[in-house]
Amino acid sequence: MRKYVIIGNCIAAAGCVEGIRSADPEGSITIVSEENHPAYCRPLISYFLDGRASLERISYRAPDFYDKAGCAVLYGKRAVAIKPDEKTVELDDGTSLPYDALCVATGSSPFVPKMEGLENVKNKFSFMTLDDAVALDKAVTKDSRVLVVGAGMIGLKCAEGLLERAASVTVVDLADRVLSSVLDSECAALIRRRLEEHGMRFYLSDSAARFDADTAYLKSGAVVGFDALVLAVGIRPNVSLVKDAGGEVDRGIVVDDRQRASLPGVYAAGDCAQTFDVSGGVSKVLAILPNAYMQGHAAGVNMAGGDEVFDKGIVMNSIGFFGMHAMTAGCYEGEVYEEKTENSIKRLYTKDNVLKGFMLVGCDERAGIYTSMIRERTPLDSVNFDILKKTATTAAFSAEQRRKKFGGVV
Amino acid sequence: MKRVYVNEEWCLGCHLCEYNCAFANSGLSDMALALKGKPIYPRIHVEEGEKISYAVSCRHCEDPLCVKSCISGALSRKDGVVRIDKDRCVGCFTCVLVCPYGALAPGETGAMLKCELCLQNAGGAPACVKGCPNRAIVFEDRGEAE
Repeated sequence: MRKYVIIGNCIAAAGCVEGIRSADPEGSITIVSEENHPAYCRPLISYFLDGRASLERISYRAPDFYDKAGCAVLYGKRAVAIKPDEKTVELDDGTSLPYDALCVATGSSPFVPKMEGLENVKNKFSFMTLDDAVALDKAVTKDSRVLVVGAGMIGLKCAEGLLERAASVTVVDLADRVLSSVLDSECAALIRRRLEEHGMRFYLSDSAARFDADTAYLKSGAVVGFDALVLAVGIRPNVSLVKDAGGEVDRGIVVDDRQRASLPGVYAAGDCAQTFDVSGGVSKVLAILPNAYMQGHAAGVNMAGGDEVFDKGIVMNSIGFFGMHAMTAGCYEGEVYEEKTENSIKRLYTKDNVLKGFMLVGCDERAGIYTSMIRERTPLDSVNFDILKKTATTAAFSAEQRRKKFGGVV
Repeated sequence: MKRVYVNEEWCLGCHLCEYNCAFANSGLSDMALALKGKPIYPRIHVEEGEKISYAVSCRHCEDPLCVKSCISGALSRKDGVVRIDKDRCVGCFTCVLVCPYGALAPGETGAMLKCELCLQNAGGAPACVKGCPNRAIVFEDRGEAE
């Protein structure tokens, strides 16, 4: 009977369990879960803050998921070392777990840059875990002034979650726009406007020069008082276990298209892993939930002796605020096709006869048709792109492509 | 298992399937009461090209990207049918972002709607198939696995 160990217990781990069980119903699975929760929908922690997701509903799988899959979950335990020669994982309580195949699904951690006086702030929070959200939920009242440092997805979703239950929410970011990693200035301006209409305040192209207990002094000279401070500047993949064991690590843990790391019997999946980005043609950390699941599943199948590749990874995001959705995918290279209205922007990027990427704000209908074209690298001369660029429709595909799509099982 | 397929040569582009779908999922027994003068939220839509039209609904993929991508655990696949738990859906649109067929769209509440083959509503068999005047939409087994 094979012994499987998974370090981490979130989406990639759940995918890994389901992958292993699709190929091996017998082997033993042990999950090392530093967090004291069953796998939960991490992006929903902001929905927990505004009440749209309860603690019960936030679980990623049914309560009997681990029992049914025959997994032992070690809650509250931390892996401190991988010993690749002995094929064991060492835990913080001194236990040693032997493995035949190991999946490292350790995710990422908040990165907090040095900021003067930060140590004086008592009420400060990260926003990565359910425990972070629960702590923030307890700390924020209707009289609280909240300051969020970071206008990326984590910072903005946290700010949104608190907006209607706090006295004020202010967001500061070094970038000149919100969601700067995925949106350009014009797209970001639409989202920012929507958030401002709902009362969120921004200091962009700005940063905290120093803090005292309840005040941030910004570079611009602005002074922002707060009762709770959320630090959402960035994240770093948790790679140290593999790095310390001598495995190859770049930004993330380097894996091949079967999620195999450079150490024998060791796999990695999710936010800690670095995989190939089909649209950009480079290896990078594709830290989004769908990829975490798919990578975890592929790792699990391969760990159990099956064969599954993860070779269609792209960066993509869907994020919405107060009814306005921004969808992005791929990379923004090549020629641009653009449509704009007062409340929407559509930008499609094409190069070398394929769709490379898109930004869609306020116009999301059937966007998956575009996403699949990026993922599948559909040649543009095989479709009627003059129609497709205006409307995402499969009717602009050839009769043969439609027959393949709709004629049988997919 | 049986799935919904469309013969695009026979589709008239009449959009009746959209109305039948919205009605079947309305929970009401009178079609006029359910649909008249209201925005409708069908789980099937007619695609129209230069010389063709055909209806598209969920393909119930064996390896569904929407289920793998769902951030709230609302989408699942059981007995070959991809289902959505509308109480768990938070309306993030990630499934819209990944579905290659454009088969999901938000409903009145913001939760996503998709074809569940009328298994969940009073119809018990796909209303789009029953009501198609030219029998362009069929519900049949083409031999694929569960």
